[in-house]
Amino acid sequence: MAKKKASRQKKMQTRVDFTPMVDMMMLLITFFMLCTSLAKPQTMNLTMPSNDENISDKDRNAAKASQTVTIYVCGNDKIYHVDGLPKYDDPTCLKETTWGQKGIRSVLFNHITEDGSQPVKDIMMAKDALDKKKLANPAAYPEAVYDAELTKIKKGELETGKVPTMTIIIKCTDEASYKNMVDALDEMTICSIGTYVIDKINEQDAKLLSSRGVK
Amino acid sequence: MGKVKVKKADVWIDMTPMSDVMVLLLTFFMLTSTFVKNEAVKVITPGSVSEVKVPETNVLTILCDKDGRIFVGMDNPKRMGELVQGMADQYGVQLTKGQMETARSAASIGVEMQDLASALNLEEKLNEYQATKGIPTDSVDGKMSQFQDWVKMARDNNGSEMKLAIKADAGTPYKTIKKMMSELQDMSENRYYLITALKSNSED
Repeated sequence: MAKKKASRQKKMQTRVDFTPMVDMMMLLITFFMLCTSLAKPQTMNLTMPSNDENISDKDRNAAKASQTVTIYVCGNDKIYHVDGLPKYDDPTCLKETTWGQKGIRSVLFNHITEDGSQPVKDIMMAKDALDKKKLANPAAYPEAVYDAELTKIKKGELETGKVPTMTIIIKCTDEASYKNMVDALDEMTICSIGTYVIDKINEQDAKLLSSRGVK
Repeated sequence: MGKVKVKKADVWIDMTPMSDVMVLLLTFFMLTSTFVKNEAVKVITPGSVSEVKVPETNVLTILCDKDGRIFVGMDNPKRMGELVQGMADQYGVQLTKGQMETARSAASIGVEMQDLASALNLEEKLNEYQATKGIPTDSVDGKMSQFQDWVKMARDNNGSEMKLAIKADAGTPYKTIKKMMSELQDMSENRYYLITALKSNSED
């Protein structure tokens, strides 16, 4: 008997079965995969003007009329724009356009000011050049340097000299959705427009829009 | 010819490499994960090309659903507890230890102050209940609205470093956003982070 037992012990398996461990790992991984949000959501910085009437009035009058575009963000995904400040007695100054590249972006891109310059085009081309330089030599453009350059470009200080910048006034009607507003702000980012303001619809705006039957 | 040796087939599969990989994956997920918080309402944020990330700490998230219901939440349980405690004291609501525990673990809270204690009694059912409520934004006789009180309390607790993040549904009418923002502007809170989803530039 004793002899038999000893021989059995010699044959004992030294291998450990990993299968239960793997099973457990699988479960844990599945749990973590389902319960985590890997991608952090993006955000957009927005600074609204103060509700103080005096300040906003001064800001509004600062920009030249031809360097201003007023965008009306309306319900049913409609978007209208007025080149320059709105002329409230002339409903035809209100032009309809669409969202996206072929619509509002090209309107801004091709906007010509009274002195014949195309500020958005100039600034966007400068930004493209900067992006290319960054791509060619990433080491020379760390975040801080790139941001500083971009801020300068947005202010209109290009390498070729100072160009005028645009001021965009965004007015959203009550019927517009939050998505429309974010899209409008997005266009500002894409077009590298430094100065824009979200303004309230006043009575004259409401009259102008309703004269065109826009909600 | 030499004799053919029939090898005994080994049916034992070595699991070691597999478990190695598993451990690696598991470590990766455990280290990179931030847990999805169970928010009061499901919100689908609009897409944007912006690449700014949400600040990690000291953020007051203002949640706004399609119907304009507003909820607030702090990024960590301790701050959330302080916020709820502060609001309860201000409105003279007595909260028990258990209710405070529920408040601390909640991702966001959006009920009227007089309902706060009873809502916190629901524990796990809190989100189900408050999904139809929201913080009232209308002010009574020129006083600050409850929403403004919440934001003010958070600001007082956490100082000027606290950021405001607005997480609103893509379909929310601008009217409600305007109302909310104008209340914030009235108390000189002019800088926000709008939480959006990623959208590539060439999409449209």
